[in-house]
Amino acid sequence: MTTTTPPVTAREPLAGQRRHRARLSEGARAERRLGWLLCAPAVIVMVAVTAYPIFYAVYLSLQRYILSAPQLTKFVGLANYGAVLSSPYWWHALVVTVIITAVSVAIELVLGMLLALLMYRTIFGRGTVRTTMLIPYGIVTIVAAFSWQYAWTPGTGYLSAAFHDSAPLTKTSTAVAIIILAEVWKTTPFMALLLMAGLSLVPEDLLKAAKVDGASAWQRFTRVMLPLMKPAILVALLFRTLDAFRIFDNIYILTQGSNGTGSVSMLTYDNLFTGFNFGVGSAMSILILICVAIIAVLFIKGFGTAAPGTDIRR
Amino acid sequence: MAATTPRQRAGWGIANTVAILLALIPVVWIVSLSFKTTGSITDPTYFPTHWTWANYSGILTTSTFIRPLINSIGIGLIATFIAVLLASMAAYAVARLSFPGKRVLIGVSLLIAMFPAIALATPLFNIERILGLFNTWPGLIIPYVATGLPLGIYTLSAFFREIPWELEKAAKVDGATPFQAFVRVIAPLAAPGMVTTAILVFLFCWNEFLLAITLTSTTASRTAPAAMAFFTGNSQFAVPTGSISAAAVIITIPIIIFVLFFQRRIVAGLTSGAVKG
Repeated sequence: MTTTTPPVTAREPLAGQRRHRARLSEGARAERRLGWLLCAPAVIVMVAVTAYPIFYAVYLSLQRYILSAPQLTKFVGLANYGAVLSSPYWWHALVVTVIITAVSVAIELVLGMLLALLMYRTIFGRGTVRTTMLIPYGIVTIVAAFSWQYAWTPGTGYLSAAFHDSAPLTKTSTAVAIIILAEVWKTTPFMALLLMAGLSLVPEDLLKAAKVDGASAWQRFTRVMLPLMKPAILVALLFRTLDAFRIFDNIYILTQGSNGTGSVSMLTYDNLFTGFNFGVGSAMSILILICVAIIAVLFIKGFGTAAPGTDIRR
Repeated sequence: MAATTPRQRAGWGIANTVAILLALIPVVWIVSLSFKTTGSITDPTYFPTHWTWANYSGILTTSTFIRPLINSIGIGLIATFIAVLLASMAAYAVARLSFPGKRVLIGVSLLIAMFPAIALATPLFNIERILGLFNTWPGLIIPYVATGLPLGIYTLSAFFREIPWELEKAAKVDGATPFQAFVRVIAPLAAPGMVTTAILVFLFCWNEFLLAITLTSTTASRTAPAAMAFFTGNSQFAVPTGSISAAAVIITIPIIIFVLFFQRRIVAGLTSGAVKG
């Protein structure tokens, strides 16, 4: 789960081997060559834009490198990591990020499941509901964030007015709650669509059989549907957790990270592009990458070890 | 399902209405804001009391929004075209051919799909300044292609597995090379999947914000969402609420159109990879 996976660039040996091989495998080798040839452009672009910059970020993170004072640049080893890990700002941002991630993903799972059931089972207006749900999914995050921001701005917003002209975006707890609200509104439909794909795997006969056997609606849901939907649920949770952990857009618009509402991405952005401290910023980038890798490994282990039919929650 | 009772119909009807309202309220709010006059914008009613087009005419006559809008469209279309082209080549190979390194390819693209954009922002910022790509179209197109590719490969390989491949065999029996079989037979069959993928990748490019604000510095290449975040009012004290709302509505229109026209395709694309793994 580190980023050091080697690129697929093994095209050289083909021409030389060609003459020595038996004719029988001609087709197989043509297929292999075509496979590499077709993948090569995609692999080259992906490696050039991600793998290489990551190595560069690791290198930068080991330097004292402040853009406004380039003459001070020098190798400092792990000092930047030490500075980040001993900074209360980093830990505060990490806690905020974890809270936002955990709470919003949990809410999205519950609401997404309800919405998936609605989109899958509703007896009329199914097309309308599905189409409407694609609007929050498709809308630009920034646009939605502005809508929430203005809604909660005293004097401008209908929601602020409804809550007696309160200014919830200026207080840490309520601002985080609004960030979570914006995140949940935007991504619940995506969660629901993934879960709906899982719902379509549940055979109708099985549900009918359970009903005939006297299972209540809740029992049919927890004993029949959930176990069968488990793979879809885990995929949806993995996608959303990793996505929520890198939350940036909503916070950038809603609070700019003020009043202690910044996520790790927001804090890193401030260090990089406001403070121009590339050494510390890069160290933060690498630490975020490590967090993401840890989340991914935990989930993938969850995939492998959990027996079918056991409790969904990890 | 068995015959429905009026009670059930009412229950589903209420659930439908609640879901639709919750999805639309923030969208209608920003539309409503965009039609409010400067005087009534500080009046927190949900719908405008005085309607005006001034916010739209304001932003549509300045280059601070028109240029970014053109950038968004151009960068989005070019990045989508390249990403779908490269992704369909790779996805064909993944879905159809057996070759060593296939698993590595899938692994690498999944890793990239999960990448936090902030981790790329700094190194790309520095590299692009050195290469002269900073604040240019290619400077955004290249990272968008790279981040759109995993999504494309994932979605397209799921679609490609569904194609009737006997036709390809038939073409090969008739003497076509694997490449000819790809171009002449499979590509036309794959078109619907490619359209779906193109929509998803375009929506991603249209939505992208973090790289758009870090890899650009002027309206020469800044995309519309990034430009909106930097809007300022006419004076130091004027909050550009109306202009931002109008800009927000304009960049939302293409999405509404996509959603209305390609509803089924988008749903199919989003869920294609999820269940088959």
